[in-house]
Amino acid sequence: MKPDEKKNLMMTACRVRKGIIEATHSAKSGHPGGSLSAADLFTYLYFKEMNIRPDDPKWEGRDRFVLSKGHTAPGLYAALAERGFFPAEELKTLRHIGSRLQGHPNMNETPGVDMSTGSLGQGVSAAAGMALMAKHKGMDCRVYALLGDGEIQEGQPWEAFMLSHHYKLDNLCVVIDNNNLQIDGKIEDVMSPYPIPEKLKAFGFAVQEIDGHDFDQMEAAFAKARETKGVPTAIIMTTVKGKGVSYMEDQAGWHGKAPNDDEYAQAMAELDKKLKELEAM
Amino acid sequence: MAEIKKIATRDSYGNALVQLGAEHPDLVVFDADLAGATKTAMFKKAYPDRHFDCGIAEGDMMAVAAGAASMGMVPFASSFAMFAAGRAFEQVRNSIGYPHLNVKIGATHGGISVGEDGASHQCCEDFALMRSIPGMVVMCPADDVEARCAVKAAYEHKGPVYLRFGRLAVPVFHEEGMDFRIGKGEVLLDGDDIAIIATGLMTYEALEAGKALREQGIRARVINLCTIKPLDEDLILKAARECGKVITCEEHSVIGGLGEAVCALLSEKQPTKVRRIGVNDEFGHSGPAVELLKQFGLSKEHIIEVAAEMAKE
Repeated sequence: MKPDEKKNLMMTACRVRKGIIEATHSAKSGHPGGSLSAADLFTYLYFKEMNIRPDDPKWEGRDRFVLSKGHTAPGLYAALAERGFFPAEELKTLRHIGSRLQGHPNMNETPGVDMSTGSLGQGVSAAAGMALMAKHKGMDCRVYALLGDGEIQEGQPWEAFMLSHHYKLDNLCVVIDNNNLQIDGKIEDVMSPYPIPEKLKAFGFAVQEIDGHDFDQMEAAFAKARETKGVPTAIIMTTVKGKGVSYMEDQAGWHGKAPNDDEYAQAMAELDKKLKELEAM
Repeated sequence: MAEIKKIATRDSYGNALVQLGAEHPDLVVFDADLAGATKTAMFKKAYPDRHFDCGIAEGDMMAVAAGAASMGMVPFASSFAMFAAGRAFEQVRNSIGYPHLNVKIGATHGGISVGEDGASHQCCEDFALMRSIPGMVVMCPADDVEARCAVKAAYEHKGPVYLRFGRLAVPVFHEEGMDFRIGKGEVLLDGDDIAIIATGLMTYEALEAGKALREQGIRARVINLCTIKPLDEDLILKAARECGKVITCEEHSVIGGLGEAVCALLSEKQPTKVRRIGVNDEFGHSGPAVELLKQFGLSKEHIIEVAAEMAKE
């Protein structure tokens, strides 16, 4: 990836992270930790990878994204706002009465949201259904789904994985955000889903492992996914929960808690500093 | 009199899908390894490229169908009522109901008349579960003609629909070309002594009971309600007003189904004495369907008995 492009993506990701803090602070609730761990992925998908039209969110030929780990809606909303699907100002309405930004994604209210999710394990099945119908209709669009590493403790994703392989859904790319934390602690302490790559390989996926905060690796992985034929792709990305906000990093406690005023100020200061550093690069 | 023709409404479902599939290329069918039993195999034979087996994974199937609907297709997702409404309830609620996606759930083998398979497969809770989902249409056709109409109406309706079909062959009493509309019931027999409101295979029993009651001097109004949600309030209120007594009949638990829906309506708008005939808060068991129906009081004889008692009150 060219340095300028990478710099731009990094700056965008930083603004997406600011959006996450803005939204969850204003909501006084929500899920910053897993939103921040996936912020680079949201950025890459909406600013580089996906074929979308922010001014025509329902355009039939678009690529689809399903946030199967729906609780990290603030991350998706911040990326959508940054991409121009709706005004960034609206992020402050997250979880408020009358807001289009529900606690978990609602496809009928929020421009750019392709599937209503929130109950873990279901979104990936819907994504498989989309990919299956895209193939059936001869459309060349692609479908992306993001799952949490804790989410795959549910049985349903494995049903969806089986189906995706059975129907050779090479237009489906499943991403697993392996930040290693869930509400009750480290995922291997709560209920280990490891080893994830081996399990997905056994389910017939083309599996790639990347650093989920490295845009070069993302670029290579998604390019490879597009070239992979006959089987679906799974990209398992190692991430840091709470990435970009020092006191949230790798802390399970920041799964579903909003920053208070002081914490908000500190987080925004840290992200602003990072933005300035990037600008100067 | 010639023996009345009997057809299981699951067969009607399969036939209707095949017929609709010819006209509508956007109609796709999902099944969960029960295509032979749900009769979607008929559709599969006719349009193999539009039938997708999801394997024994009903929850996954419902969300896959939701994704398919979001792509502009009209999916019919099929399994037994127990698994479509029961096992996959949360997927139906969250991935189909909440986003109000255009998925039709074709649930066969509803009720006690599943027979020999026994309680684990005799779903008497599906109306209750599906009624509780906002925006969900719930239908339970009474015979072959009505079932085929209901499938067509479900296709034409924009939004989620739950259709319950039966395993047992039941008498066909409707004429071809019947006037069918979602949310509209029909008066099969007029009368103003007592109203008998029935759905599914209980409708024919109610009709036979109504005829027999006439010989006892009781003029029962027999109403067929294929659509349990939304309820045909006008028809029910009128019947309650004019008859003063109501009996509901369903092959479902008396909890949460047609009976409770009618009671809720009447208690708020037209307080009327109601007796609910259904499965009385108990599980079924194995046995031949016809005998089970009799044993659980889902028969014209029981309706006659209850109506005669009520008429004296």
